Amino acid sequence: MVHEDHGIQRHTIALLVENKPGVMARIAGLFSSKDYNIHSLSVGETMDPSVSRMTIVTSGHPLVLEQIVKQLRRLIDVIKVVDLTATGEKFVDREMVLLKVNAKGEARAEAMRITDIFRGKIVDVSPETFVIEITGDEGKIQAAIELLKPCGIRELVRTGKVAVMRGPKSLKLA
Amino acid sequence: MAKLKGYQIFWECLLKEGVDLVFGYPGGAVINIYDELVNYPQIRHVLTRHEQGAVHAADGYARSTGRPGVAIVTSGPGATNTVTGIATAYMDSSPVVVFTGQVPTILIGNDAFQEADIVGITRPCTKHNFLVKSTKDLARTIREAFYIATTGRPGPVLVDIPKDVIVGEAEFEYPEKVHIRGYHPSTRGHPQQIRKAAQLMARAKRPIIYAGGGVIIAGAHQELRQLAELTHTPVTLTLMGLGGFPGDHPLFLGMLGMHGTYVANMAISHCDLIVAIGARFDDRVTGKLDAFATRARDEREGGLGIIHIDVDPTSISKNVKVNVPIVGDAGNILSQMLEFLKEMDVDWEGQHRDWLARLKEWDSQHPLQYTYSEKVIKPQYVIEKLYEVTQGEAVITTEVGQNQMWAALFYRYKRPRQFITSGGLGTMGFGFPAAIGAQLGNPEALVIDIAGDGSFQMNIQELATVAQYDIPVKVLILNNGFLGMVRQWQELFFDRKYSQTDISVQPDFVKVAEAYGIKGYRIEDPKDVEPFLKSLVKMKEAVIVDVVVDREECVFPMVPAGAAVSNMLLDRPATEKNGEELKRLLPLNFPS
Ligand SMILES: Cc1ncc(C[n+]2csc(CCOP(=O)(O)OP(=O)(O)O)c2C)c(N)n1
Ligand SMILES: [Mg+2]
Repeated sequence: MVHEDHGIQRHTIALLVENKPGVMARIAGLFSSKDYNIHSLSVGETMDPSVSRMTIVTSGHPLVLEQIVKQLRRLIDVIKVVDLTATGEKFVDREMVLLKVNAKGEARAEAMRITDIFRGKIVDVSPETFVIEITGDEGKIQAAIELLKPCGIRELVRTGKVAVMRGPKSLKLA
Repeated sequence: MAKLKGYQIFWECLLKEGVDLVFGYPGGAVINIYDELVNYPQIRHVLTRHEQGAVHAADGYARSTGRPGVAIVTSGPGATNTVTGIATAYMDSSPVVVFTGQVPTILIGNDAFQEADIVGITRPCTKHNFLVKSTKDLARTIREAFYIATTGRPGPVLVDIPKDVIVGEAEFEYPEKVHIRGYHPSTRGHPQQIRKAAQLMARAKRPIIYAGGGVIIAGAHQELRQLAELTHTPVTLTLMGLGGFPGDHPLFLGMLGMHGTYVANMAISHCDLIVAIGARFDDRVTGKLDAFATRARDEREGGLGIIHIDVDPTSISKNVKVNVPIVGDAGNILSQMLEFLKEMDVDWEGQHRDWLARLKEWDSQHPLQYTYSEKVIKPQYVIEKLYEVTQGEAVITTEVGQNQMWAALFYRYKRPRQFITSGGLGTMGFGFPAAIGAQLGNPEALVIDIAGDGSFQMNIQELATVAQYDIPVKVLILNNGFLGMVRQWQELFFDRKYSQTDISVQPDFVKVAEAYGIKGYRIEDPKDVEPFLKSLVKMKEAVIVDVVVDREECVFPMVPAGAAVSNMLLDRPATEKNGEELKRLLPLNFPS
């Protein structure tokens, strides 16, 4: 479908999938073959080692987002799909970023100060650089990156977002 | 429990699935399976002459019988040769199970001899696929493959079996039940939605039922007919839906879409309610989307919108926003809907009288037509006569191109599974092997492939299969010496520049048939068409007929790709100037 630019929304989708080889390829293949956006994707084993949990951040027109959820559900190896944004339920989302920044001269103190403000950690120190670890939601991570830019960011690695619903509600297999 | 070898487990599973016919082509990776085959006389193996032919034949068998088709091929090139067949089955939701041999598990990923990552290659064109890692998983995997292929919205499933899994040993137990925790095809529609649909139907003044292949797959043709007759609602079918509603029924408007009838396309444009059943609003049906069914979709014009019944949620609101979506089995939903409708106090006949009269008028203004000639055979005439001579009873397969559209328009299909064509992928070369599969699935039926001279050459090697097994299919080649459908586009939109579409350098099809020991005929005179067809339908063996037809006949009506349905062409543009106008109608260059 052809859509105008306005009306584009960003959604966070949680999935339970079979923890089997090829499942990632199926999901990645779906997004590429249908030309869906994918901003981040993170995956890891759940308490049940036969099941993986995935968090996908995607964007599109509401009708496209609806299609994405339906298409994901159609995959045999996908057990459960919940569009967390669409449920209207509150959820917590976090991402971790590792930044290698310049830490010579004035930048050294500045980088330490910013890390502190964002309750980050310096996890590696060298005479020239720091590796800073920051965890938070999208807004916080973005703000930290902006503020660290003047120091000179040499490398930036993000885990992609993970998300879970607030309160007692949880994503169950059946 | 008995320990069996993988190759024994393989055939045991097929027996359990009730398979008695498989198509295939052997090679090193599956040689043990073939070796074991001789111990299973209950299963007939048909050796095609190309793996593509095997998959299309399995597909033709599946479409014509409703039972899953099975193909077996070797690893590497054997597997890659199946891809077009699999993609064809995928696009038309046909239950085909393809088994491919694979190099031993320890060699996977090594670029071993005849290794191809067929699971990776076919991921986007199968409903699901499997790589079997261990002999103990083989039986369960085969069980799941058949289950997935045949349930919900059916589709092809591929099972890749490495050589060590084939020769390995395991205890054989065929699982009674299948439990796949990520797969729950929905069957029963939501009663609330169904009631809402019935209420909408009761309000409509100008409703239309637009039904597709889903009706045939679901076996919902009787319910569809009851719905139409009870509510006096006209029916149009997609290419894939032909046969889902009787072609000679007074409520039938013909096919809609790019080469649909004038009345069907006018009806879709002017209706106030669309009841879509097992159809997916394909671009070949809708044409330009914003101009599609504008009245039904516009509330201010009194439009009541769209009801959409489909087993696959992804088909709903994909291209066109739907007002009443109902997910589930069409037969089940329609019978529930009929219950609601029967209780309603509506004078259906009176309510739709004006609408039906208007449709009749449109139909008589521009019925399907062509100009008969005494000098040269018109392809439409051949199909028309074939319909008469066979009394509409033949099972027809088609190739792709003009031949396909004429077969869709000029033959009237009475029942489901009678018209077998590659709609979604549009695969030239499908019809002939599909006819082989359909014939083997329906030994008593008269099975005819309506072919084009280009398409037939794409799987012409299957003549040997026909000869080897005495498969009495008939092939009618509508021989125009052109890739006719592409030529038609070139005529209409590219100033008659026939770039690379003249295929008049071609074999003598009669001699080719004879070379395989098959009967071949040529007809060139319009006078001969009818008497020849009369004798053809009595012939008990395979026959290849080279019908030399008008080289530059066009398929009309035609809605240029990407144009609005209202820009339908009913005939060749009369003047050059009209031709120029035409080109402007072509905003998007879709493939033909
Ligand atoms: C495998 C494949 N290649 C190319 C096409 C594009 N195509 C569509 S119709 C057509 C012409 C078919 O020619 P022929 O079989 O002679 O049929 P006709 O249109 O002349 O009846 C072509 C090339 C296709 N559909 N399938
Ligand atoms: Mg031709």
